[in-house]
Amino acid sequence: MKTSLKLAFKVLARRKVFTAISLVGITLTLVVLVVAAAIFDNTFGASAPESRIRRMLFVRTVGQYGPNSSNTSNPGYGFLQRTIRNLPGAENYSIYGESSTAVIYDKGRRVEAQMIRADGVYWQILDFHFVEGGPYTAADDENDRHVVVLSEGLRDRVFGSKDVVGRTMNIGGSNYRVVGVVAPVAVTRIAAWSELYTPIGSLSAEERAAFMGHFNGLVLARNRGDIPRLQREFDSRVAREPIKDPKQYKEIRAGLDTPFDGFARQLTGNRQEHPALVVGSILAGLALLFMSLPALNLITLNLSRIMERSPEIGVRKAFGAPRRALVMQFITENVVLTLVGGAIGFILAIVAMRALEASAVIPDAHLSINLRVFLYGIVIAVVFGILSGVYPAWKMSRLRPVDALRGGSL
Amino acid sequence: MITLKDIDKVYQTDRVETLALHNINLDVADGEFVSIMGPSGCGKSTLLNLMGLLDRPTAGMLTIDGQKINGAGDKALARMRNEKLGFVFQSFHLVPDLTVLDNVEIPLLYRKIGGAERRKLALAALDRVGLASRVHHFPTQLSGGQQQRVAIARAIVGRPRIVLADEPTGNLDSAMGDEIMSILEELNRNDKTTVVMVTHDDRFAARTSRTVRLFDGRQVA
Repeated sequence: MKTSLKLAFKVLARRKVFTAISLVGITLTLVVLVVAAAIFDNTFGASAPESRIRRMLFVRTVGQYGPNSSNTSNPGYGFLQRTIRNLPGAENYSIYGESSTAVIYDKGRRVEAQMIRADGVYWQILDFHFVEGGPYTAADDENDRHVVVLSEGLRDRVFGSKDVVGRTMNIGGSNYRVVGVVAPVAVTRIAAWSELYTPIGSLSAEERAAFMGHFNGLVLARNRGDIPRLQREFDSRVAREPIKDPKQYKEIRAGLDTPFDGFARQLTGNRQEHPALVVGSILAGLALLFMSLPALNLITLNLSRIMERSPEIGVRKAFGAPRRALVMQFITENVVLTLVGGAIGFILAIVAMRALEASAVIPDAHLSINLRVFLYGIVIAVVFGILSGVYPAWKMSRLRPVDALRGGSL
Repeated sequence: MITLKDIDKVYQTDRVETLALHNINLDVADGEFVSIMGPSGCGKSTLLNLMGLLDRPTAGMLTIDGQKINGAGDKALARMRNEKLGFVFQSFHLVPDLTVLDNVEIPLLYRKIGGAERRKLALAALDRVGLASRVHHFPTQLSGGQQQRVAIARAIVGRPRIVLADEPTGNLDSAMGDEIMSILEELNRNDKTTVVMVTHDDRFAARTSRTVRLFDGRQVA
């Protein structure tokens, strides 16, 4: 093994052009995959304010379906109250609104910002970092108090200074008192990202009972093991929901979803039985396809390299190299090449992530290669090395020594 | 040491069958220095490749150092090549990515020998062919004669009982050819290594103990 490693480094160092071309392919692929994994991790991984995301379940889509028509929307307040309130096995639940654009009037200036209306429990399930003040309470919500929590970015845009707790701001014509300011949250955080957070406040009787609307439900399971039970109970509650127009619609469909399931449900229009499986398979397929292109390229490069090195293989066979030793040598060369590409890829991925953060393509994203993403990267690199090394190595080991010495064809 | 009995070798391409060797019967005794001569394409190299277990005969029986080769698996053949045989090729076949020392170590890589011991044996083999001062050079930095001497060092580093040389002087001028021939003679005389050499050159064939002549795949003398 030591000899194979030593030899691999020698060969790669001597064949600079081949090494460079291979490294560029491997490195670029890894950079894209690792950055994609970091964005995925940034969206679906546990990180404040969604530190408990592995225990969080969402209701973000509800639909009615009939043979000739369908209607899909965010759930209404009433539907959520009927389906997620007091679910057995749930530690807590929250209802929060879909993000919408609010207008702030400030000394003749008009500032647009994204706003979420959320109940008091929202602040208990999500662990925001407050740079000033704190959250509003359930009592604030119940009593329809005009209080607001701001993002740090919006505070700077509107007030241009710190210490804003207690100050008022005009949102859509009404005055709100600032109670807290939260640290920046990445826009990819599905439940937590916004610039303004206000209580849901008073709702009309119709809104309170609504089946469809512009709300989202958030349930915190006591532990992950409770999730299937919670989902079963939710499904049975949904099954009890009356269909308002049974002539037109035959079925109501909604899910108490994990973040990825919810994302997949929205992506597939709430029409698939197993949306996460469909979307997961498509994503995995795309990743595999993306990875297989440079792997095929590397296989082709390797095959031509073998042709070039055929006399060497012939010599090694003539002097007693068994097939296994030759396969090992070739795979070692490839895995070394891949790992070197992987190492360079990681460094470049960090650079790319910093550039992505600085460019504000994903506002307030904090991308990093954490242990999980690093492991994805290593697995990807090793799969890569094996994918591109095994086939040429196997072909090479089957060459007869006399053919290899003549520079024979594979 | 090497026995060939009723050996045939047929090359089969898409539709054409070429009889490269027919009915070869040959005994090479232990410690003998045999040359193989004949016109181009008469099957000299094919015969040497069969003796070196680099190719398999189509028919007939081959024995090396008392061991029958027919039916032996790839692994067993690889071990026999490693332990009993050493090769010298007309075009040297040194690995360009490796230094002289690394090239000479190749046969030892496939034995259970530690790095330090491998190095010692390789240096001794290079010393024997007069190239101890060039161990860290790459093959392309050497003359043809020097490259062939490296190839001989590689062939003998594992102390094989048999050295097979396929036109070892073919790519060299006469002075360098003489040098190579002297090394092979010395190896045969002092180490009692069996040497089988393919050559076109009558002068070198005359210096061996016996010459086998081939013509159109048949043994004529």
